[in-house]
Amino acid sequence: MTRIRPNYEDRVSAEKPEETIYERWVGGLLRYIDEEKNMRIGVYVCHCGGNISEVVDVKKVAALMGEQADVTLARDYEHMCSEAGQKIVLDDIAEHNLDRIVIAACSPQFHEKTFRATLVKAGLNPYMLEIANIREQCSWPHFDYPDYATLKAKDLTNIAVAKVRLDEPLGSKAIPIGKRVLVIGGGIAGIQASLDLGDAGFQVYLVEKEPSIGGKMAQLSRTFPTEDCSACILSPKMADVPANSNITMLTNSEVVSINGYVGNFEATIHEKPRYVDVDKCVTCRVCEEKCPVKVPDEFQEGMKNRKAIYVPFDFAVPYRHLIDESVCLRLTKGGEVCGLCQKVCPHDAVDFNQQPRTHEIVVDTIIVATGYDVFDARLKKAYGFGKYENVINGLQMERIISCDAEGKPLRDIGKRIAFIQCVGSRDEQVGNEYCSRICCMYATKLSQLLKRADPSREVYVFYTDLRSFGKGFEEYYKRAQDTGVKFVRGRPAELTEDRKTKKITIKVEDTLSRQMLESEFDLVVLSTGMVPSQGTESISKILRLNKSPDGFLREAHPKFKPVDTLQEGVFVAGTVQGPKDIPDTVAQASAAASRAIRLMNQGELEAEPITAQINEDLCGACGTCVSVCPYDALKLVEKEEKKVAECNEVLCKGCGSCAGACPTGAAQQKHFKTTMIRAMLDAALGVDATPGKEA
Amino acid sequence: MNNDDNYGNNVPQIVAFCCNWCSYAGADAAGTSRLQTKPHFRIIRTMCSSRVEPDLIMEAFRKGAWGVLILGCHPGDCHYKNGNYKTDRRIRLLRKTLAQFGIEPERLRLDWVSASEGARFTRIVDETIEAVQKLGPLNLAVPCEVIHE
Amino acid sequence: MSKPKVSKPKVAFYWCASCGGCEEAVVDLAEDILTVADAVDIVFWPVALDFKKKDIEAMQDASIAVSFINGAIRTSEQEEMVNLLRKKSGLVVAFGSCAHLGGIPGLANFSDKAGIFERAYKLAPTVTNPDGIYPQTETQVPEGSLTLPVFYDTVKTVDQTIDVDYYLPGCAPPPDLILNAVTGILEGKLPGKGAVLAPDKSLCDTCPLAEYKPEKISIKDIKRPHEVVHDPEQCFLAEGIICLGPATRSGCGERCIKAGMPCRGCFGPTRDVKDMGTKVLTSIASLIGIETEEEMSEEELQKVLAKIVDPGGLFFMYSLPSSVLRRRRIK
Repeated sequence: MTRIRPNYEDRVSAEKPEETIYERWVGGLLRYIDEEKNMRIGVYVCHCGGNISEVVDVKKVAALMGEQADVTLARDYEHMCSEAGQKIVLDDIAEHNLDRIVIAACSPQFHEKTFRATLVKAGLNPYMLEIANIREQCSWPHFDYPDYATLKAKDLTNIAVAKVRLDEPLGSKAIPIGKRVLVIGGGIAGIQASLDLGDAGFQVYLVEKEPSIGGKMAQLSRTFPTEDCSACILSPKMADVPANSNITMLTNSEVVSINGYVGNFEATIHEKPRYVDVDKCVTCRVCEEKCPVKVPDEFQEGMKNRKAIYVPFDFAVPYRHLIDESVCLRLTKGGEVCGLCQKVCPHDAVDFNQQPRTHEIVVDTIIVATGYDVFDARLKKAYGFGKYENVINGLQMERIISCDAEGKPLRDIGKRIAFIQCVGSRDEQVGNEYCSRICCMYATKLSQLLKRADPSREVYVFYTDLRSFGKGFEEYYKRAQDTGVKFVRGRPAELTEDRKTKKITIKVEDTLSRQMLESEFDLVVLSTGMVPSQGTESISKILRLNKSPDGFLREAHPKFKPVDTLQEGVFVAGTVQGPKDIPDTVAQASAAASRAIRLMNQGELEAEPITAQINEDLCGACGTCVSVCPYDALKLVEKEEKKVAECNEVLCKGCGSCAGACPTGAAQQKHFKTTMIRAMLDAALGVDATPGKEA
Repeated sequence: MNNDDNYGNNVPQIVAFCCNWCSYAGADAAGTSRLQTKPHFRIIRTMCSSRVEPDLIMEAFRKGAWGVLILGCHPGDCHYKNGNYKTDRRIRLLRKTLAQFGIEPERLRLDWVSASEGARFTRIVDETIEAVQKLGPLNLAVPCEVIHE
Repeated sequence: MSKPKVSKPKVAFYWCASCGGCEEAVVDLAEDILTVADAVDIVFWPVALDFKKKDIEAMQDASIAVSFINGAIRTSEQEEMVNLLRKKSGLVVAFGSCAHLGGIPGLANFSDKAGIFERAYKLAPTVTNPDGIYPQTETQVPEGSLTLPVFYDTVKTVDQTIDVDYYLPGCAPPPDLILNAVTGILEGKLPGKGAVLAPDKSLCDTCPLAEYKPEKISIKDIKRPHEVVHDPEQCFLAEGIICLGPATRSGCGERCIKAGMPCRGCFGPTRDVKDMGTKVLTSIASLIGIETEEEMSEEELQKVLAKIVDPGGLFFMYSLPSSVLRRRRIK
């Protein structure tokens, strides 16, 4: 038999102070119970298909809840969220005239909305519902203490009953929502989302911090497993962006702040000067030839130089010059220094006086597609990246192969090439526990491209596990093996460089044959993984988005809301949410666009019903709430010749800061009134506040 | 069942106020990851930690809580811009005040848990339960006329 | 057409742990006191008239129309007397801050009997008591036994000791509220039992400085009243001076504010508040560095908070015994 808190009653009575002490403040508590007579509460305890019932004695919890005051009925059921489960609630409401519902099941983050809809269907106000979270808070974290889990489940359900007794019907205002979207990040995710939205007739602002859109995909050689030329399939899409009249493209620009809320986000965007008038420039490249400054070319991953005045790459959009202000002689030294580009430009496009511009835009929804950064392989010291000239990363190999294909080789490749997998992924030493999901396949791709280009090459891939899970991936891996790429299971501990020949020696244990291998290579490619981009870091702060433990942005629900965030009207697309390949990124971008369209096409949205509320009889207009409100929703207004605070329910987001700060209790938060929180507190502490059992 | 030590009179009672967006989700994450915690706490969800009025914390102690936990979003991560800063200032001042009431400030803990930090949630809860268990119950209900000669 | 003498309502005044200011407040009614004195029959008023306890004991239960009790309950004698008055009175009015909330004597709840005795009878610089002799409830002298009331560890409000019908707030209650209350009682025009006979709104509602208050107040530094020259056209909070006005019931006539001092809360909390001190605490704390919180360094914040040297004493100045925790914990 399950024991339910032996000595529980003793403990409560022992700790219960004499009546007079409680009188004043429990007095308030008793009042509300008297006022709310004849409630009919239905309590439903969910088994969650064993998730709850294997630990918590759900029948016992239901039986105990049935004894609570105001509880008309209490049941347990296998799956409350199922249609059958909801039907039970609907039927009970009809048959037993229930007016308040408590569901003891999983976290309200999952099914609060589901059951609110059920209540609406039954003709009840959706806010006459409370969820007791007995899965995430009982059966899962306390399966070591099953008895206690049952007791705690009872307590949590009791807290919900105490709260539901006081719940009041809530309604809300409609706020208009327009058709303007801000897409942050101009990689393939941002491009795809922008095009989908633009084609659907929505007004898009696409903001990219680099001087060209295109992102990382623009740098890739070919895409696995089909081996399409990356630039060839991407460049038409890039060109479509400026061609689409619904899309406003802002490159070389960064979002610096966003205020407001869904339907009314106010974004401030800083556009850095290009120092070249894009309307005059025809990209004749005369300036570039004359420019005396050479710096490593980011697009070629530093393996080639570019000039201070340059075009980011051959299929850049916009395909126009710009000046790198951090290295340009005129812009760094001032005065009349250099200025050669300006002198030679036949179209007078160079303008050293160009100033940064600030764009203030208002949008209804936002899609965040700030992508990823390549793991900085220097952090993996044993591999000598940045120190040994013949150790490069995967993206550099992509550039090498791309340029080779164009007949403009970037560097010598040699005959013996090794790939090392899982650099910066699945490696707790560098703090990244996750798998980057693309490295196995891009190494499979790059290795066979190298081998096919020159069959005399010996190409090795040292892997931890070879993960070829996608459509056509396993077949592609087989093809690489057939091509002659040698796959060795083993993670090299250290690389050493021959000081004279600069060749790299890899020592590794082949964990399949249990043999130690030692071999010298001309070139070692580190299959570097993905890490959250710097842009992600700043945008998550600006938009206050949650991150997962891996540092990528967190989706609202891993299964059913994979592109939503907890900020209404903000969506994620692509690798900003986690490592993924191009097809997944594109799919997610289209999904994000469609989720945004779904919201905007409604024309209006329900404003947050859980807003602040001022009791004008008590408000002395001290202005504390006005000062603390982060949304300026509260204002002092004159009413009947007296000043009182007033809440603008459209601006109010329902944080309750005002209620927490109000010195008189005049400011309250609907659905979280002080009396309600107090009732939950009492229930949590076992202060018996049920009618007839007053303290 | 081998968990008798969790029963009896000496069961710590801890009330944990969690904000909807970060710490409550963090508690969910702990549950989803099946991280095991001591069960002697009850979560009360508010939308933001800044909703929690300090007088409710006083009431919690008065009504038998051994400890109170306030968990919000990390500074800078507040879903409502800066609610957690307000909470921070209140709790600092409240801890100072509680000391004057002879209530160990360790009984009131404010901390930050993001939606992803299930392990952090579990650690904070376990630490708090342990700390409070060492301090014992508050027994604030002693009759006021008691005279200590 | 004066009423016959016998039908005059009987009234009692009594003082417990208080300073005597409330007694002064009654006298402050000035000419109005004559009206009151004419309308009632004062049966007990130790501070002004000579009556004995036995006179009251001899009265019939509930024969006193109303007892005005000022002062908090700190000794067994006070407890005994208020219980007696409760029994003999139709109405009991807790008169003044100490009776209503515990008042200044209530701050002793941050200590206990032993601490107070040690301070008062041993450590105080004006006292020489090398043998540590403390007051005893009973002392034998050749003439017999002398007794003193029991000094409790805890100061209580009157309503924590007996049932109270109405409260007249203030340290001391202002004459107009007293007169209103007395008139109300004489004419039978009273609100529901348990009411505080003053407006429900907080002091800002009637504060003469409210019009100078900025829309948003962000406290960047906290100053004590002696550290600044108060601008008579500026809200105290905007100057960084802690004022309890936002949390305090109005009706006092803003005497302190008009004298250039911030409110210290003698009128107690507004209707729905159970713990005035923490209400002040939360409103003040929430305003520290509002909207520039992220820029505020840890040192700056600690510096501001350190300026509140004694939050308990400041925020609970008049209301400690009536607060949720009531007193320092007795271990």
